[in-house]
Amino acid sequence: MSTAEPSDKIALTGGSRRDRMRRMGDQVFSGLALGSGVLILVALSGVALFLLIQGWPALTADPSQIPGGDGFVNYVAPLAFGTILSSAIAVLVGIPMAIAVSLFIVFYAPKRIAQTLGAFVDLLAAIPSIVYGLWGVAVLGPAMVGLQGWLEGHLGFLPFFKGPVTTTGRTMFTAGLVLGVMILPIVSAVTREVFSQTPRKLIEGALALGATRWEMIRMTVLPFGRSAIVGASMLGLGRALGETMAVALILSISGDVTFNLISAGNPSTIAANIALKFPESSGLAVDVLIASGLALFAITLVVNMAARSVIARAERGAR
Amino acid sequence: MPETELGQQIATGTAVATPDPSSRGGRTTHLRVKGLNVHYGDFHAVADINMDIAPNAVTALIGSSGCGKSTFLRSLNRMHELIPGARTEGLVELDGQDIYAPDVDPVLVRRKIGMVFQSPNPFPTMSIYDNVAAGIKLNGSRISRSELDGVVEWALKGASLWDEVKDRLKGPGAGLSGGQQQRLCIARAIAVQPEVILMDEPASALDPIATQAIEDLLLELKKDYTIVIVTHNMQQAARASDYTAFFNVGPDGPPGRLIEFDTTQKIFGAPSNEQTAAYVTGRFG
Repeated sequence: MSTAEPSDKIALTGGSRRDRMRRMGDQVFSGLALGSGVLILVALSGVALFLLIQGWPALTADPSQIPGGDGFVNYVAPLAFGTILSSAIAVLVGIPMAIAVSLFIVFYAPKRIAQTLGAFVDLLAAIPSIVYGLWGVAVLGPAMVGLQGWLEGHLGFLPFFKGPVTTTGRTMFTAGLVLGVMILPIVSAVTREVFSQTPRKLIEGALALGATRWEMIRMTVLPFGRSAIVGASMLGLGRALGETMAVALILSISGDVTFNLISAGNPSTIAANIALKFPESSGLAVDVLIASGLALFAITLVVNMAARSVIARAERGAR
Repeated sequence: MPETELGQQIATGTAVATPDPSSRGGRTTHLRVKGLNVHYGDFHAVADINMDIAPNAVTALIGSSGCGKSTFLRSLNRMHELIPGARTEGLVELDGQDIYAPDVDPVLVRRKIGMVFQSPNPFPTMSIYDNVAAGIKLNGSRISRSELDGVVEWALKGASLWDEVKDRLKGPGAGLSGGQQQRLCIARAIAVQPEVILMDEPASALDPIATQAIEDLLLELKKDYTIVIVTHNMQQAARASDYTAFFNVGPDGPPGRLIEFDTTQKIFGAPSNEQTAAYVTGRFG
């Protein structure tokens, strides 16, 4: 290596062709990244536009022409109710379970068991939803009849468990449980990753104060992972809201709007309703189904935006 | 503070500023280490440590990196067990009770033997007040709000932080300067009223002024606590400690061993071991 000859001025212009090529690479990459971002916006607004245009006839049609004869809002409201109810059960069941699984894998399980268990939880995501549906109908539903009977007997004063219990097990309760299992892997994958990133010095700080493992988790891991828990829950909720085949198979649908989770009369969900009705629909009925898809799209959008504002507020509070 | 026999001896002036091990008289040794070996899996980290750690004094652990002094420090409240595969042989006695006895709960050991870490680690989502109160509220203890207020104030005063934060106790602990955060962590540690406080290079991430504040605090804290401190700073060990233990690894590498343990005056003035002399005069390490 030779030392540089002292020169009159520092070279700021020129530079080799290769240098400029490298800068070109920067520009190409930045263009690609921008393009991907724009593509997402285009796809999203394209879907929204498709739903709006195709569903428009149903939104403007004479109420008597809509199936049910009461107008679109009355048609879609029970479906939206069923969608939200089944998703709420899924979230109530699936998210605590997912967090518990993540905590067990990260902080309690011996290393080898943790890795195996983590892989199995991830595999849950690979099961097709129709298989979940079949499992719900053939296995979980019948198995849940006893529990649902117990709930009716002991908690029957609550509107959720008023009964009468159906012997098929094809209830909102069962559907919600299956949805809960279905959202478990995505929620667990996100929270597991974040929990394992908890700064070691915080964990040690808590344990050095004489905290038990659970107290350490409450003091450091959960506050640290709070926004990730909310974000993961929203991903799970999004999946539960849009889930189609499992619900379509499991629920015995009557169209009733009821909080009664264990009887034979259940509201359908928007997605399941589209899947079940689409093959036999034509003309305005198709438009109505597409418009109900628009309603689902709107629900998901609102839920996501609400979640984002919750996260933003939580972050601000933490600072 | 609990009125202990030791506390009374301090109050009546039986303790001297730089106590001599031979003239310790009838005082109990709070922490006694006998034949301690620590392994991480196949790795033998420290070997055959014997040490009587004097109460109400500052004991400094010095030695070059990798000599096992931090592992030894952590083995004094079983924090090293967080590393998978950690194994310990030998005795560590706190007032005559072996902290490694099978029926001993490490959680309770750590309530009696607290710890302050190298980089300040206040809980980021908690206020200054809640950080200090965090340890007190553990293990299902019930304490009234006014009592808690009192303990928090007492601990913050004990850590020389009260005057700086008394007007913003509800503010975030992470908003303090590095030196203040470290004193907050000391307040958090003393709030649970431990017997012993272990410090793992508590001032190495701080500027000279904040370091001075921590060293001044050590002199105050040793009136009530037994303090063991790991430091890489020779001047700090010489200034702030009463006893010094020099650790080193053999020519073949680990395990680390205790080479010499004596009063700080002796270690820095007239060390009896050649390695110690070389280290404290800066000829190696």
